[in-house]
Amino acid sequence: MKLIATLVSIAALASVPLWLRDPYLMNALITTGIFIIGAMSLNLLLGFTGQLSLGHVAFFGIGAYTSALTSLGFDIGVFGDFHIVHEPWPPIAGFFLAIVVAGLCGYLVGRLSFRVRGAYFVIVTISFAEVVRLVALNWIELTQGPLALNNIRSIAIPLPGLSELVIRTKLHNYYLVLTVAVIAYVLIARLVRSHFGRAMRGLMENETLAVSVGIDVTRTLTLAAVISAAIAGAAGSLYAHYIRIIDPDIFAFINTVTMVIMVISGGKGSLAGPIVGGLIFGLMPVFLRPIMAPEAQWIAYGGVLIVILFLLPRGIVPSFSRLLSKQRGQAPAPDGMAFAKNDAKEPA
Amino acid sequence: MTTAVPALKVEHVAIHFGGLVALSDLNFTVDEGEIVSLIGPNGAGKTTAFNIVTGFLAPTHGSVSYRGTPLDGLKPHQIADIGLVRTFQRTSVFPNDTIYDNLLIGLHRQSRVHLPEALLGLPRARLTERKVRERAHELAEWVGLGRRIHDLAGSLSYGEQRLVGVALALAAGPSMLLLDEPVSGMNASETHTFVELIRNIRSRGVTILLVEHDMPMVMSVSDRIVVLNYGRIIAEGPPDTIRNDPAVIEAYLGKAAVHA
Repeated sequence: MKLIATLVSIAALASVPLWLRDPYLMNALITTGIFIIGAMSLNLLLGFTGQLSLGHVAFFGIGAYTSALTSLGFDIGVFGDFHIVHEPWPPIAGFFLAIVVAGLCGYLVGRLSFRVRGAYFVIVTISFAEVVRLVALNWIELTQGPLALNNIRSIAIPLPGLSELVIRTKLHNYYLVLTVAVIAYVLIARLVRSHFGRAMRGLMENETLAVSVGIDVTRTLTLAAVISAAIAGAAGSLYAHYIRIIDPDIFAFINTVTMVIMVISGGKGSLAGPIVGGLIFGLMPVFLRPIMAPEAQWIAYGGVLIVILFLLPRGIVPSFSRLLSKQRGQAPAPDGMAFAKNDAKEPA
Repeated sequence: MTTAVPALKVEHVAIHFGGLVALSDLNFTVDEGEIVSLIGPNGAGKTTAFNIVTGFLAPTHGSVSYRGTPLDGLKPHQIADIGLVRTFQRTSVFPNDTIYDNLLIGLHRQSRVHLPEALLGLPRARLTERKVRERAHELAEWVGLGRRIHDLAGSLSYGEQRLVGVALALAAGPSMLLLDEPVSGMNASETHTFVELIRNIRSRGVTILLVEHDMPMVMSVSDRIVVLNYGRIIAEGPPDTIRNDPAVIEAYLGKAAVHA
């Protein structure tokens, strides 16, 4: 049942470019899709371990810069005459490096802050994002600072036997983003339904009891941070190669807030939550633009968020799945994620 | 008595909280397969002793070892890996999960697979999952909650939550189980069933250390009793000896009797 719903959703999303020709809307869908991947990675931390990363955009931005610099190459001076020179590599290598580097940063931040957790994690992540932003702004030799890195090449996927597929058009980018999103979704779903996910849930609900049955707090939370950061890094890389120009504004706090809003409104701790929340808040500006002044748009944006949280405090997806299961006369699934009911329904 | 090495050995353990001496020079052992109770008036240091043995508190002095392995400096999850698992007085379950999911979380140690195996859904990960899910059903049946396995743990009665707590601890696969006031809040018939359960657990080769206030229950189930008062041991021995020990009677009744 759930598997069918997932497959139908994917098919519906895959069919969009076949009937939607408007390049403006396609562009909105692609950037929204990229942010949804970021929101899904944030949800792994916020929804499944209860740790709020308010600097999540740092991992996204690190992914973007890593990927851009890998494909552009750089020449930086260290200690007088000694230079580190990197020749441009294929962008696809940048994509994978972005995942690795962002994951590594997730490991460092996790190790640093999960000894104390809670508010400390929030503070460490905010500071981390700000530090990374300042580095990107001031290390002009490497990042061009506010002048931005531009002319970032498009990702080219090598095809066996043939030459390669350059992801240049919106159509290509749409399918690339969709593919990465589906892979990220499946990985997160598998993770939270495995014993790793149960360990996270146990820690979130009752840490003392969880450690008493042998769950290692630091290891579990750090693992979640690494995977979350790595996925955010992948999203950042897609962003860099789609927009093809990045500057330190990518690290703006508002970008983190956008992801948090997507997760909270859609429903944290639910796999589909960030997708639903992301589609609503990612596409809302597109529909508001013809009918409202920019200032009014922001007010409407805030208003919709308040209404959603007021009427559906647990988020859209958990509230509706609760309603559905009530109608069917079943016990409501706690927070929209009952392991028990997912027995036979591994996603494809 | 056997000459075998005791399973649990607590040697010269003391803990101070600032100026307060919660435990001073605590020494006792628990043999393999024994059921030992730790009793004493409120504030005697029973739960503190439990917290030290299971790594939730570090003693100021002294050491604890299990089957010859010193537990000093080990974290609670590492002590669980060695085979020592405890239950809690209050927070004994994950309230927002079903009994089934509670037990699955408890089965963490049995469900470990490598991350790539879990992410890619490899055969070994699937096989482990299947086994673990079967085991969760068995455990629920075993504590008599098989029919309510999909109920939220938080919706159960206090006594039932206690049973889930024990099943959770057993899910971790302990060779020694530490039960912190397991029958408090249970009625007489629930307590009776619980005593049977404890005996049943012991007959499967699990050593048991119990903290409990319910004296009839302690007397009926224990092989040996250790009595604490003001952070020190005042008596130790089989139930019959303890029942008639003047120091124990004074600790429980003496002062009240004198002031009456």
